[in-house]
Amino acid sequence: MAKVLVFIDNPGSALKKSSLELLTLARSLGDSAVAVNGDVSDAVAASFAEYGASAVLRPSAQDLDEYLVAPKVTFLAAAAESTGAAIVLLDNSPEGKEIAARLGIRLGAGVITDVVSVDSDGSAHKAVLAGSYNTTCKAKTPVSILTIKANNVVPEPAAAHSTPEQGTVDVPAAGAVPAARVTAREQKVASGRPDLTDARIVVAGGRGMDGNFGPVEELADALGAAVGASRAATDAGWISHDAQVGQTGKTVSPQLYISAGISGAIQQKAGMQTSKVIVAVNKDAESPVFEIADFGIVGDVFDVLPQATAEIKKRKG
Amino acid sequence: MEDTLKIVVLVKHVPDAQFDRHLNGEGHTADRDESILSELDEYALEAALQLAEARGGSKAGNQVIALSMGPSGAVNSVKKSLQMGATEGIHVTDEALAGSDAAATSLALAAAIRHVGQVDLVLTGMASTDGETSLVPAQLAERLGLPQVTFASTLEVDGGRLTARRDADTFSETVEAPLPAVVSVTDQINEPRYPNFKGIIAAKRKSITTLSLSDIGLSPDQVGFAGSWTAISSAEERPPRTAGTIITDEGDAGIKLVDFLAAQKLL
Ligand SMILES: Cc1cc2nc3c(=O)[nH]c(=O)nc-3n(C[C@H](O)[C@H](O)[C@H](O)COP(=O)(O)OP(=O)(O)OC[C@H]3O[C@@H](n4cnc5c(N)ncnc54)[C@H](O)[C@@H]3O)c2cc1C
Ligand SMILES: Nc1ncnc2c1ncn2[C@@H]1O[C@H](COP(=O)(O)O)[C@@H](O)[C@H]1O
Repeated sequence: MAKVLVFIDNPGSALKKSSLELLTLARSLGDSAVAVNGDVSDAVAASFAEYGASAVLRPSAQDLDEYLVAPKVTFLAAAAESTGAAIVLLDNSPEGKEIAARLGIRLGAGVITDVVSVDSDGSAHKAVLAGSYNTTCKAKTPVSILTIKANNVVPEPAAAHSTPEQGTVDVPAAGAVPAARVTAREQKVASGRPDLTDARIVVAGGRGMDGNFGPVEELADALGAAVGASRAATDAGWISHDAQVGQTGKTVSPQLYISAGISGAIQQKAGMQTSKVIVAVNKDAESPVFEIADFGIVGDVFDVLPQATAEIKKRKG
Repeated sequence: MEDTLKIVVLVKHVPDAQFDRHLNGEGHTADRDESILSELDEYALEAALQLAEARGGSKAGNQVIALSMGPSGAVNSVKKSLQMGATEGIHVTDEALAGSDAAATSLALAAAIRHVGQVDLVLTGMASTDGETSLVPAQLAERLGLPQVTFASTLEVDGGRLTARRDADTFSETVEAPLPAVVSVTDQINEPRYPNFKGIIAAKRKSITTLSLSDIGLSPDQVGFAGSWTAISSAEERPPRTAGTIITDEGDAGIKLVDFLAAQKLL
């Protein structure tokens, strides 16, 4: 059976859904082991067993987070070698991709990012050119490294719990490798809304919101949705840059994307056109966003959004 | 002078996203007929120019070398970089490079950078607008054994060290690294300039070096389809999205919107 190694970085108090997805996928491909950086709580350790991991490996050094990427690569390379992994799975976050990138060079392994599903032979499926093509790719090397997009696997515990073997991987102190050092880190205040990248519904506003994101936020809250934005809105400072959807922002693929006061430029479409259902509200009937909308309303966002919010609240009681 | 910088900026020639983009041929590679300098790489070039200008520019001995790997047309991206203000250009081109994945691309770019010699900084865009993998900067750093700072939204260089700011979803951070280093920058870092008339004239006198694979010490089997570690076995074009129902608000569009969501079981 193929050996599969899953990298989980700083799991915190409980495993995230995307980590459970990686563990589920790994088990479907072979014998799965986990390489984990950071503290492992009892709940996290229990999840590893519940998801059938055969081994849990941790680094001997604790300072991996103080440096960018390189020390984590050293840890993961050693873990991959010691488990004899043929497939290494990481999340598709920017850092996950960078660790994958460097690990690829370290191990002489092909790297495939943005993967949505994996066949039993290791072939990976992904969309390219802003979702306009679906492709199948495969690494030609003995080891393949895949970064997996969230929300494409249904997390499922193993039929029988495992008792993972616990191991420590010797790594040099992180400071020994040439790497950039983190000198300050500020936490951002959490919005309390769902995470944009894996929200089921996104309500996004653009320049048409004219400095007032209230109607977008109220509609989002009535729907339990995340808030997104065009670059025009984030550049204007009406909403945090983290909310930007598009080529240089987040790529989202929710069940429902409501676009309000956004024209639908190519860079915006790049981040949202694979959404299941697109609704657009824009006062200009000629806006390109209407070319991709399943339901389009030619109207003023300041009329349509509040009316919809009130109606949803009424129906939900 | 101590403080002058020699910066290599990686500029990629990419299919213009304003036109329909296609994957062609056996290797399913992007069609490059309507190609331009990747707009995301303009931010890297602008960042390099600002660092050089703050130190007295080319007169003081600062160098900004625009480096592009790609087919013959890629020289146009090098030219545009020279018009914006780069001091010289390098175009790595060879038929054997066609179809290179990130591993093969980073191998060739690393070899070309070594060919340039000692450099202080390698600047890249945050992602190429065609491949969009963002793998190249990290792989390049690994191959050159250099610290990497990706997605920098600010960048300062002082006394042989760089300081940059990065933004993640839940935090922002300040990072420091000794030079030389590989840095990729985001579109938040600056506002790229347009080439002006003076720049266009000046560019005509600047040199562009063309390098083949053997010039950078690589053999054809190390790059291109042969040297890549991944292969695309199939590519299917998704049917383009088509427009659905469009209505004009007559005072009740908000309610109709909710009716639509209810019908789609999205409430
Ligand atoms: C390198 C690069 C990267 C980029 N990356 C991104 C990216 O990641 N994401 C992104 O979104 N953009 C990105 N852009 C910018 C992109 O090109 C567009 O400029 C941007 O998406 C426009 O935002 P907008 O639609 O909100 O504004 P506009 O294009 O100005 O559109 C505003 C719309 O609001 C409508 N409107 C105005 N008032 C109302 C009202 N009261 N009611 C209803 N409708 C109204 C108007 O009809 C108009 O269609 C990028 C650009 C570059 C060069
Ligand atoms: N063929 C190339 N020539 C020059 N620079 C490149 C090339 N490919 C990638 N790059 C650089 O690497 C960055 C990230 O590209 P990618 O990893 O392909 O998303 C780009 O923004 C460029 O700066």
